[in-house]
Amino acid sequence: MSIETPTVDWLTLSPELSLLGAGAVCLMLAVLVPATWRRPLGAFFALTGFITAGVFAGIVYDRSPNGTLEIGNAITRDRLGALGAIIICGSGLLAVFVSYAHRMRNDYVAEYYALLATAGAGMCFLLQAHNLMTLFLGLEWFSISLYVICAIDMELEESLEAGLKYLIIGSFGSAALLFGSALVYGATGQLEFSRIAANADSHDALLLAGLAMMLVGLGYKASAAPFHQWTPDVYQGAPTPVTAFMSAATKATALIFILRVLRVAFPQEAHLWTIVVAVLACASLAVGNLAALVQRNVKRMLAYSSISHAGFMLIPIAANNALGARALLYYLVPYCAMSVGAFAVVAARERELRQPVTLDNLAGMGWERPFLGVAMWIFMLGFAGFPLTGGFVGKFYAFSAAYDRGWIWLMLIGIAATLVSLYYYLGVVRAMYFRSPLELQLLPAGGSPPRDVLLQIGVALALVVTVGSFFAVQPLIDLARHAATGLAF
Amino acid sequence: MNDWLTTILIFLPVAGALACFVLPLGEYAVASFAVLVSLVEIGFWIDSLTRFDFSRGLQFEQRGSWFDDLNVSYHVGLYGFSLWLVGLTVVVMAAAIAYAFLAGRERPRAYYGLMLMLTGAVVGVFSAQDLLLFYVMFEAMLIPLYVLLGVWGGAGRLGATFKFVAYTMAGSLLMLVSIIVLGLSQNTFDLVDAGTSSSDWIFLGFVAAFAVKAPLFPFHGWLPDAYREASPEVSAVLSGVVSKAAAYGFLRIAIAKFPGPTHDFRTPILVLAAVGLVYGSLLAFRAPDVRGVIAYSSLAQMGLITLGLFAANDLGFDGAVLQMVNHGLVSATLFLLAGAIERRTATGEFLLLGGMARGRPALATLLMTTGVIALAVPGSSAFAGEFLVLAGVFQQHWIYAVVGAVAIVLAAMYVLRLISGVLHEDVGSAVSDAARDLVPAELAIVVPLVAALLALSVWPSAISNHAFPRDRATPAVTQNFREAAP
Repeated sequence: MSIETPTVDWLTLSPELSLLGAGAVCLMLAVLVPATWRRPLGAFFALTGFITAGVFAGIVYDRSPNGTLEIGNAITRDRLGALGAIIICGSGLLAVFVSYAHRMRNDYVAEYYALLATAGAGMCFLLQAHNLMTLFLGLEWFSISLYVICAIDMELEESLEAGLKYLIIGSFGSAALLFGSALVYGATGQLEFSRIAANADSHDALLLAGLAMMLVGLGYKASAAPFHQWTPDVYQGAPTPVTAFMSAATKATALIFILRVLRVAFPQEAHLWTIVVAVLACASLAVGNLAALVQRNVKRMLAYSSISHAGFMLIPIAANNALGARALLYYLVPYCAMSVGAFAVVAARERELRQPVTLDNLAGMGWERPFLGVAMWIFMLGFAGFPLTGGFVGKFYAFSAAYDRGWIWLMLIGIAATLVSLYYYLGVVRAMYFRSPLELQLLPAGGSPPRDVLLQIGVALALVVTVGSFFAVQPLIDLARHAATGLAF
Repeated sequence: MNDWLTTILIFLPVAGALACFVLPLGEYAVASFAVLVSLVEIGFWIDSLTRFDFSRGLQFEQRGSWFDDLNVSYHVGLYGFSLWLVGLTVVVMAAAIAYAFLAGRERPRAYYGLMLMLTGAVVGVFSAQDLLLFYVMFEAMLIPLYVLLGVWGGAGRLGATFKFVAYTMAGSLLMLVSIIVLGLSQNTFDLVDAGTSSSDWIFLGFVAAFAVKAPLFPFHGWLPDAYREASPEVSAVLSGVVSKAAAYGFLRIAIAKFPGPTHDFRTPILVLAAVGLVYGSLLAFRAPDVRGVIAYSSLAQMGLITLGLFAANDLGFDGAVLQMVNHGLVSATLFLLAGAIERRTATGEFLLLGGMARGRPALATLLMTTGVIALAVPGSSAFAGEFLVLAGVFQQHWIYAVVGAVAIVLAAMYVLRLISGVLHEDVGSAVSDAARDLVPAELAIVVPLVAALLALSVWPSAISNHAFPRDRATPAVTQNFREAAP
């Protein structure tokens, strides 16, 4: 018996392959070049990898107006996956800028960049998955890279703790997803998403249990409440550049994939999962916003803010309409930029003070470091959904999608959550600007800040995207609209 | 050129703001630059005034696409009444910026940049002809105000800022809900294209935002703290200009787009406005300090303006617009004078003030003149405005006019108390002989404002007859007004 080998469309896999290539080169660097060269070369190759992958994703986007199934129908080549890959590569690019000056020992710095690129590759792969096997493969691929990279700072107890927590809880999520996949397979006898949809019986308890467990597993990755418990500890403990990357890219991946799997594999069950997703959204908004109110540690506060944003971005998924798909894909662009940017500013402050950043030691930063201060200010306004940032248009679209679905209550919950979130987002602005040096009675920081040109470039890029997406709404929405055509609304 | 005038009026100050933030100028340079920009802005406003055809509706219109997906566009233009409000904005902002130059502010680049940004945002509110653009500008006002209040305010600024933002945003977000629902149900966010709506809930969402921003009784919880803790010129802007954005919102959106709900909710809103008018006047009479009097009188005056607006007839609208400009100029002048007094005596408490008229003729004359206009002495512009408002609201029910007339008496009481508490009576303990009269620079700021008030007193119909086209059926906005009238 001979096994038929499927033809491989290499262009579909080109983003993953470029990132894997970059990862492989970085790993080679770790053994082949002198210690002092590893950091610049590793960063360079990771950067090149992300840029190349982004360009390839752009080519895939351009050449796949109609989605096709490739490689034995295991992989989708379409604009949704390509747009997702571009967002991930953008976040990865910014993360490399933020990582460069991070205090890392030379004996693992090359591996760090290798893992960053590999994680990016896994995310791109997951977004293209079209059957339950590639789904699990992609999920584990990037998760395992992230488990390691969270714990990469072996001297730091929190980093190890973060890695371990993420490993245990993340594995639990993966297990739930795997079990759910097995149940779905058992109920339908199919691995392919479109065939699952074709063979599904929406009254089959096995199928519904499987769907529920898959949502649980993906909810862990998106850090939606009530599957968010790992988020604050991991975000706080992991090295800040890693947190920046995770908060942006992992969330984007998980949310886009939730949209794809629900629309492609489970369209008949929409009357059930829209409600479940809406409930997850409300829970995330409630938990994220209320818990963020009392945080003093900025990374932890941002972690809760990312939970609440999972809620905001689940709203358009729950809306289950074309407007919602556009809303999600649009919102992710400024969100990822703001998220990486905000953590980048935290990283800069951390490096300057050599201690964890709290609201207290953020005091006066706005005046001492005008550029980073203004950037952080704008990121916070963006998170809070103020105009002149893409965050406003994103929220506007998300609420519009909920209204379009006829769920005004969901929109009102989103509005209430936005109001609550002002307290902690503006709290950062207040900490940075409002307290006068006399009241602070701090020792002057003294000296010049650590030179960190790359981080500043990263923050500047994030700033451009955050503000630019407010003005360039139409082009981004067009991209999103074309990407969402394959979802058949 | 005409197409671009509105855009220039919005973005010239914004460009100036960016220049302030970016250019490494010294304190005097950046302050002079900001004053210069605000004067050029006044120049552009005068230019648009001369080009404006008061017999027509929307002018200097410009429309560009922003996102067609939901039919949201960059659409700006000016109506007659918007033009007057823009004029109020640019004049008061110029005075405020010049006052800040005189008083000296720490971190000048940030300060003047934010003031200019605020100018652009307020002009944007008055000229936006797209609902989402209006919301963007409305929120964009809050960002600089938040920082101006929080960084350069007095000792209690943190609490004041928090209250201000919490109140305002609660209202604004309800307005966002209304905007989304209205825009999506009409399939356009364009204010000119959008038809009217009869939904009570959408109407109330807008009213919530404007009632907080104005503020109307009982949504004024943020007002006393914010007006006391802000620096005087920011208080002047808040009460003189920013509160008018709310009144403008009532006129341009709540009344024009919701004739049915306006009719249904007229009585409760008029009652709240009347209560606010009397309550504010009484609180102003009881306030222990100069700024308290001005702050609460502002609450009262916004009640009066709302009375005029929700009278929903020609007299009421004309009077309300005239009164918006009057009150804007009066309260800005009073806040700047209060700032001048505080700079000399380090206090605004009536207990510690008094007797400042002796030896300070300029201060006494200006405060007296402004005060007399504020209490609506016959012949003053405020008298003309209040008369029109009361005549308009009389047609709804005589009781409102009676309340309004009583409030004019109360206004006389609190203004005269302010004048006597500062200028007359025994010399207060905080008033030393070293406290000089107004210096020429201060005169250069305050005299033009008072002169504008005197000019309006001579010719109030400059505004009241030129706020709306005489043939009210022409533009879309007033078509709806006519339907709103009983």
